[in-house]
Amino acid sequence: MNAIVLTAFWGVVMMFAGAFLKSKSLPKYLAIAGIIIVFLANAIELKTQTSFFNIDLHNMIRTDSFNLTFIAVAVAATFLLFILNGKDFENIGIHVSEYFALIFFILCGVALSATFNTLLLMFLGIEIISIPLYILSGSEKKNLKSNEAALKYLLMGAFSTGIMLMGIAFIYGANENGSFFISNINLGAQPISPMFVVGLVFLLVSMSFKVSAAPFHFWAPDVYDGAPMVVTSFMATVVKVAAFIAFIRLFDNAFGKIHTQWQNLIVVITIATLLIGNITAVFQQSVKRMLAYSSIAQAGFMMLALLSLNDKGKEGIIIYSAAYSLATIGLFAVLVKMKDYTIDGFNGMAKKYPAIAVSAAIFLFSLTGIPLTIGFQAKFMMLLSVIEAGGYFWVVIIAVLFAAVSAFYYFRIIQAMFFKPALPDENSLAAGKSFKIIIVITAILIILLGVYPELLVGWIYS
Amino acid sequence: MLGTYFTFPELLLWIPLIAGIVAFFIKNEKAVKAWSLIASLIILAVSVVGLCYSDSSKYLSYNQVSYYWLKYLGNSFHLGLDGTGHLLSFLTALAYPLIFLYSYNRKWQNANNYFGLMLLTQAGIMGVFSAMDALLFYFFWELALIPAYFLCSIWGGKQKIATTFKFFVYTFTGSLLMLTGIIYIYLHTGPRIFEDTTQAAHNFGMLAFQHANLSGAEQGWLFWLFFAAFAVKIPVWPLHTWQPDTYDQTETSVVMVLSGLMVKMGLFGVMRWMLPVVPEGVSQYGNVAIILAVIGIIYASCVAMVQDNLKKLVAYSSIAHLGLMTAALFSQTELGVQGVIVQMFNHGVNVIGFWIVVDILIKKSGVKYISELGGVAIKAPALTIMMIIIGLANIGLPLTNGFVGEFLMYGGLFQYNYVFAAISILAIILSAVYVLGMIRKVFYGNVSEAASKMTDLTTYEKIALGVVVIIIFITGVYPQPIIELTKNATALLVK
Repeated sequence: MNAIVLTAFWGVVMMFAGAFLKSKSLPKYLAIAGIIIVFLANAIELKTQTSFFNIDLHNMIRTDSFNLTFIAVAVAATFLLFILNGKDFENIGIHVSEYFALIFFILCGVALSATFNTLLLMFLGIEIISIPLYILSGSEKKNLKSNEAALKYLLMGAFSTGIMLMGIAFIYGANENGSFFISNINLGAQPISPMFVVGLVFLLVSMSFKVSAAPFHFWAPDVYDGAPMVVTSFMATVVKVAAFIAFIRLFDNAFGKIHTQWQNLIVVITIATLLIGNITAVFQQSVKRMLAYSSIAQAGFMMLALLSLNDKGKEGIIIYSAAYSLATIGLFAVLVKMKDYTIDGFNGMAKKYPAIAVSAAIFLFSLTGIPLTIGFQAKFMMLLSVIEAGGYFWVVIIAVLFAAVSAFYYFRIIQAMFFKPALPDENSLAAGKSFKIIIVITAILIILLGVYPELLVGWIYS
Repeated sequence: MLGTYFTFPELLLWIPLIAGIVAFFIKNEKAVKAWSLIASLIILAVSVVGLCYSDSSKYLSYNQVSYYWLKYLGNSFHLGLDGTGHLLSFLTALAYPLIFLYSYNRKWQNANNYFGLMLLTQAGIMGVFSAMDALLFYFFWELALIPAYFLCSIWGGKQKIATTFKFFVYTFTGSLLMLTGIIYIYLHTGPRIFEDTTQAAHNFGMLAFQHANLSGAEQGWLFWLFFAAFAVKIPVWPLHTWQPDTYDQTETSVVMVLSGLMVKMGLFGVMRWMLPVVPEGVSQYGNVAIILAVIGIIYASCVAMVQDNLKKLVAYSSIAHLGLMTAALFSQTELGVQGVIVQMFNHGVNVIGFWIVVDILIKKSGVKYISELGGVAIKAPALTIMMIIIGLANIGLPLTNGFVGEFLMYGGLFQYNYVFAAISILAIILSAVYVLGMIRKVFYGNVSEAASKMTDLTTYEKIALGVVVIIIFITGVYPQPIIELTKNATALLVK
């Protein structure tokens, strides 16, 4: 609750700041201050289980420690993005504080989609996330690719929103209890009515679209490629994992009872996502585009939590969110500072910027799932949850084989950084000392969480 | 003090780890060489002292230690050295000073990174040999690979990046398959209750794995998941294809770590995490593993005979030897398993000696092809003597250490199935053909152009090879200490 109110409030503050602050660099500090406030308020709510704001919401929002922990992860990831790339928002265009304001509004949507208890609030949360993103992805006005990304995202997003709304309507119509509450959906007699099935499938399709799972992933590479890098970084991490949380909470609470009936659909989507994401990523030359496909591939791994739908899976999705966000934001942060976005641009980086190269290698290890990084714990929990749920061991085997495929493209960057000589033309990183320190701290955090995942898991059970 | 504050497995893990991390920051080449050599000698000393405390009555206080780690998963940081662990950690501790010593005069690019990564690899290997929790074992198994990956990719031939990546992908895929197997078994273990009465739903401990509640059919396919990881590492035919390329392209001192120590990780994995954990799976499919191993022996020996590239010759010879060890191990006879343990140590020593000779040849003459060498004995008589002794040990001549292990292994194989034994015994004849053929062509005959550049051994090289030769004779004549050390370990592995 704290996070929902404060992010919305701070979004308004940022908008006014745009009108009154003349300085271009000040909004960044204001945004960082705001994100710290949101994080602390959320942490207090997590520890004390009481909110600053005592509003009667008629049970439409549920703030248990799982939801709040996820919000903490999302806010922390945004904080990391701000301190790493806050300055790069200034290069997108002139409306710096608006960009920050929009991100705060998105965070409000993230908090809603992590805590909703009714179908309507879920819709609201997803839409509050999507609409500012349409603007942000097109915020580089003079860049044709950015415009294309925004339009594509808007059209496809609107389409999927329509399907989602339709699905909600069907579910509401089929629900004998006549309620929007996700825990109060009466499935009626078996077999389930066709109307209900249609509603479920529509929701499944639209949510798969939001998390860019195949075969509904086609927008993702172009949008991620076209949007300004810092926006891509935010979109591919915080937004994606928020959509996953919404996905899991919806299907767990509303349709968990008939899990076995839609499990096979999830299996198909999971395998298709892993296949398309991993195989296509291998062939990319642009690192930005490769990370777009890698984010699809990682979504395939996160889908395993929907397949298992047990406690381990839910715990795993939090760890996965943190692991994936930390590493991807870190990699994008390095990429933003580079001039050449191709893999060759990384050539010989270890010689010139050893600290950044080693940190980037740790990010890549984490994404691949090498032990001692949080990425390993994330993948481990996913595999554990599916094997524990039973029955789909062959999906696990396929998933780990694709995890091995992912080494092909992640390690290409490592090979470029450490084993190849630098290109003759100077590809210097526009990175200051503080940037380097934060990148190294992020890498240390990845290792620390990999060794002591209790630091994160403990929050869920607090 | 010892045993109260720290134990041997801890020392063997932390000393190389810390020494390795420190080495990264020593920019002076001379200093980092001296630092690493001293560190590796200290590790050797610790390991030798550890051998004196190795009998089972002292096991609990000196050779095992357990900390809480990832408690909520039922895992702990449990290290322990049994007889086999002692032997292999001693081999690891012994190999590093030899490797550092023989190449002491060499100039290294980025010496600090080289020595740092080498010591980190050593820490990873030590961890594999002492991990008593399955998850911990998996951690070390992967972590030993990462510094090795960097070592192989930075120092070596022109194709090193591609070949090393092949090696990495093979190993990584195998490891991930093993991970799924580990998770599956883990979920079939009972709850773990820690000393502070906290409880976890399942247990990663080694004993819990040995008593996991698994049906015969489950063990059957779990066998293959584990075998995938270990067979890549050993390597067993047909998963060996990464090895000759990687050995050819990688810097030879790194290859010594790979072929002397890291392949033993595979055999050790079979011993600790496969034979006792999925016994029914082994009895179903152990035969298939032996057949693959025997095919590998003959195949690799034949390829080695026609090999012109010195490094690939040693690589294929190594595949043949490891194939024999794999076959003997899966035979699960007392003789065979005992032979494998002895041979693991002896092969480690021999192959490191073999690589040292090959590396000296290649570095001094500038060529790696047998056809371009000849008459080296005239230029480098000491090197020739060393090579002949090591070569004879490699063939398994009596009185050398190679004989002891091979004799036991063939004995075991004969007890198991005389057809397999008869076929694989061809390996001895074939190894005599390619080793002696190589010695004849390289060391005798007319002095070739490349060979005329040869000089004889330097002091450091003499010391390193001298130690190898002394060990070859000592363990060849008196292998009893090794057998005594490891006799308890065989009990679990024999059917």
